[in-house]
Amino acid sequence: MNIIGNTFSLHEKALGMRSQRMEVLSRNIANADTPNFKAQDIDFRQVLKDTQDTTMRTTDAAHIPLGDAGGGSGLKYRTPFNVAFDGNTVELPVEQAKFGQYAAEYQTTLSILESRISGIRKALRGD
Amino acid sequence: MALDNIFGIAGSALNAQTVRMNTTASNLANASTVASSDKEAFRGKRVTFKTIMETLPNGNDLANKGGVKISGISDDPKSISRMSDPGNPAADKDGYVYLSNVNEMSEMVEMMAAARSYQNNVEVVNTARQLMMRTLDIIKS
Repeated sequence: MNIIGNTFSLHEKALGMRSQRMEVLSRNIANADTPNFKAQDIDFRQVLKDTQDTTMRTTDAAHIPLGDAGGGSGLKYRTPFNVAFDGNTVELPVEQAKFGQYAAEYQTTLSILESRISGIRKALRGD
Repeated sequence: MALDNIFGIAGSALNAQTVRMNTTASNLANASTVASSDKEAFRGKRVTFKTIMETLPNGNDLANKGGVKISGISDDPKSISRMSDPGNPAADKDGYVYLSNVNEMSEMVEMMAAARSYQNNVEVVNTARQLMMRTLDIIKS
């Protein structure tokens, strides 16, 4: 029986990914005035693709792994609208908007997890 | 967990912006000081930031990796102007005093920029804290 594992599998991973994405953005905002800092972001689509089992696996010791061709963590550099004189690519309004969006998305995943937990709890109590 | 790192990163930025604001305050305070030679004249200070990339001796990342730190404080390269003021006790033998090269207007702008960056990072800390508290509340749901 793997109800709990199935219930949380995707959302548990999503929560970890979303908190990681918040960290990347907080790094961008912290370095808004650092010369030559390049803003980064996590490509959600890429990470989702990586977590699904569509990639080739090595099932034998003689197999050669494909390596990190897909980008692994999905961490990519942002393309700025304008280039700053000091080589910094952080655009604060963009980062602020994204930060708000990701915080909301984090809360969405949290709400889903919360409702799943309360559902299981209800089933366990039986009232 | 990634959410804890946010506190380290935003904290390092708060610290860096505080240093920046302190330098601005020092520049403004010294804006009207005069000296008796070009060398002694007050030069405005500027901080430069750098991303924290170091790892600990055991190979682990620092808690605030990706945060920001002060890489150095340098003098403003703008030239020093002198003013004829023979009555000033600091005047040199020709009656000149050497003014600081601080531009009050750009210092005010610098201070506003530092304050805005500071506020941004405070907001980041607040959001991270709220999300953390909500995550903890899952246990209660």
